[in-house]
Amino acid sequence: MSKVRKITQMKLFLPVFCMILVMLINVISDVAQGKVAWSFFTISIRNGLLYGRIIDVLNRGSEVAILAIGMTLVVSCSAGTDISVGSVMSLSACFCCMLLAGYGVSSTNEFAMPLIVGVIGCLVMGALCGAFNGTLVAYLNVQPMVATLILYSAARAIGLLLCNNLIVYVRVSSDFTNGFFVGYDIFGSYIGPVPTPIIIAAVCVAIMALVLKKTALGLYVQSVGINRKASRIAGLNSQRIILLCYIICGLCAGIAGLVASSRITSADSNNIGLNYEMDAILAVALGGNSLGGGKFSLAGSIIGAYTIQAITTTMYNMGISSAQAPVFKGIIVILIVVIQAPPFKAFMANRKAKRLQARGKEAASV
Amino acid sequence: MKKPENAIKDRKQINGNTLLLLITIALFIVMYAAGCVVYASKGFTHLQTFLNILINNAGLLCVACGMTCVMLTGGIDISVGALIAMDCMLLAVGMADWGLNPILLCVLVLVIGVVIGAFMGFCVGYLEIQPFIVTMAGMFFCRGMTAVISTDQVSVPSDSLFYVWANAKITLPFGGYYNKKGILQVPYVRVGVVVALIVLVAIFLLLRYTKFGRSLYAVGGSEQSAAMMGLDVKKTKMKAHILSSFLCSIGGICYCLNTMAGSVSQATGLEMDAIASSVIGGTLLTGGVGNVIGSFFGVLINGTISSLVKTNGKLLSSWSNIATAALLCFFIVLQSVFALLKDRKK
Repeated sequence: MSKVRKITQMKLFLPVFCMILVMLINVISDVAQGKVAWSFFTISIRNGLLYGRIIDVLNRGSEVAILAIGMTLVVSCSAGTDISVGSVMSLSACFCCMLLAGYGVSSTNEFAMPLIVGVIGCLVMGALCGAFNGTLVAYLNVQPMVATLILYSAARAIGLLLCNNLIVYVRVSSDFTNGFFVGYDIFGSYIGPVPTPIIIAAVCVAIMALVLKKTALGLYVQSVGINRKASRIAGLNSQRIILLCYIICGLCAGIAGLVASSRITSADSNNIGLNYEMDAILAVALGGNSLGGGKFSLAGSIIGAYTIQAITTTMYNMGISSAQAPVFKGIIVILIVVIQAPPFKAFMANRKAKRLQARGKEAASV
Repeated sequence: MKKPENAIKDRKQINGNTLLLLITIALFIVMYAAGCVVYASKGFTHLQTFLNILINNAGLLCVACGMTCVMLTGGIDISVGALIAMDCMLLAVGMADWGLNPILLCVLVLVIGVVIGAFMGFCVGYLEIQPFIVTMAGMFFCRGMTAVISTDQVSVPSDSLFYVWANAKITLPFGGYYNKKGILQVPYVRVGVVVALIVLVAIFLLLRYTKFGRSLYAVGGSEQSAAMMGLDVKKTKMKAHILSSFLCSIGGICYCLNTMAGSVSQATGLEMDAIASSVIGGTLLTGGVGNVIGSFFGVLINGTISSLVKTNGKLLSSWSNIATAALLCFFIVLQSVFALLKDRKK
């Protein structure tokens, strides 16, 4: 019993538990559909590319995982959420495609500028948006949600203006058979047999984990999140740390935007990153992090992000349409947060104690 | 000439929040007047243009009133846009495919609103889960249910009673003008506007004069003090969410009266419009400050911007988003500057 309690009280118990639950549902539904029970986990190579449902989850979940890195820091340090990340994704993707195709061009077969300029532009745009949010939150004491609401509605619109109200296609594909040429689709397709988004997400997570491990940034962020004033008195520059977190979050949004637009080799301002902010926030919450700020676990958020994608993939596998899928997503979210809620836990513990008491009385009367 | 004592008294009465409200109202008047001057030839000066803003935003006005109530308690409700989509879809499919009576459907929509609000309110109040997450789940659920009801674009049939309501013109006895052909154009409003204005007045009175209204402010100001005063904080929060979802359902009916159709992607981002309207109107997300009159002008400013962009005709519609965001930014900075000044005085 004590061992079970030890496991359930571990920090990463909830996210890992959710992940395992989703996998179990997959196994059950596979068996019900008459497939092999382990078809969820099988990875094969077709046409020289990795193939399998788990690869698909990792691939499609990359954007949310990248966003979750930044979102975790923002939630931790400012006790609020950045709801602009989806729009910022769209804006940076539009900026990138505008640089690569030239202003007002709706479709291009060759770069107007080197690819690297577009990529850097995309990241800088993301970081700039993050800096804007961060300035409002850190130096003007605006509540994070209101501050990011500005870019939530404006960024997508600015992206449309940058693209001259068009969907900009950058149809430049990579070619590795005849020489070495890197096209715009590289970030959304494959390097060798591995999907590039997986590699990008892994690199981002690795860099962030290294930074958190080697520097005191994580500690600073947590202390600012727990008590901003006390950390200020203890000698931390709270405002600069909050600003830094928002810039990192914006940068992550830029990277995610690059991946998302590279997948479709175009900048569709109205649809790139739509509702991704919700998924990113959900990933942070699923990872066992409090949305009230303070302590955080990056690993939890990442697992949360992939869990969300696993849920989506599972639902598609079970034949639920993408428009109807949110019903189940909503129910799952509510279930998870209700189980986590302290009053609910107290209620269950209370009931258990009462039952034990009743049993004790019965035993005494017998 | 005023006596100095009076002047001091006056200055005390106008605090930062009232000043913000006055700035909002002044901004609306300036913006509208500017529109009248620039687009006088395109008919912006007619009373009907103003009434059209009301007609187009009747649903948003109801939602903004509910949103203000929730924001007063320090919460937020981002499920409203999805709930409106579900309401519209239910109304449209109910009349077109199931052949139900519109009155029955409206009652059903309101009941669903109350039930969803009660559930979300329970989670927020009694289970102490962050309102953002709870209402986000509500948003997913409602948006998904819309698709479960139907994934098509469904129109309200033209032979139903609902159609009669939607096309009913309530003419005003003043402000008419003769158009180019010399026919008298009488200004009119739709049923939705009347409903929305009744909601506005009702919520204004509720917030100002009832025990429940005052307790919303108390809970938002400081939960601990409110609890010590003997208020039931949990119940108040739950009631606020029920009120919000109920008003949102009324807003959904008004919205459907305007669009006469239901579709899955309807009213996306409406929650953010409602929040923006409330914030422009001087409601703080931290709770305890704000009123619906501010939100009313917030909605009007929102509507005026899009009306100006539409009247211009050449501008892309994204400009109205950018203008709203810029205004929002302006008000947020103004609010925080006031707050900083207040801190410095202390």
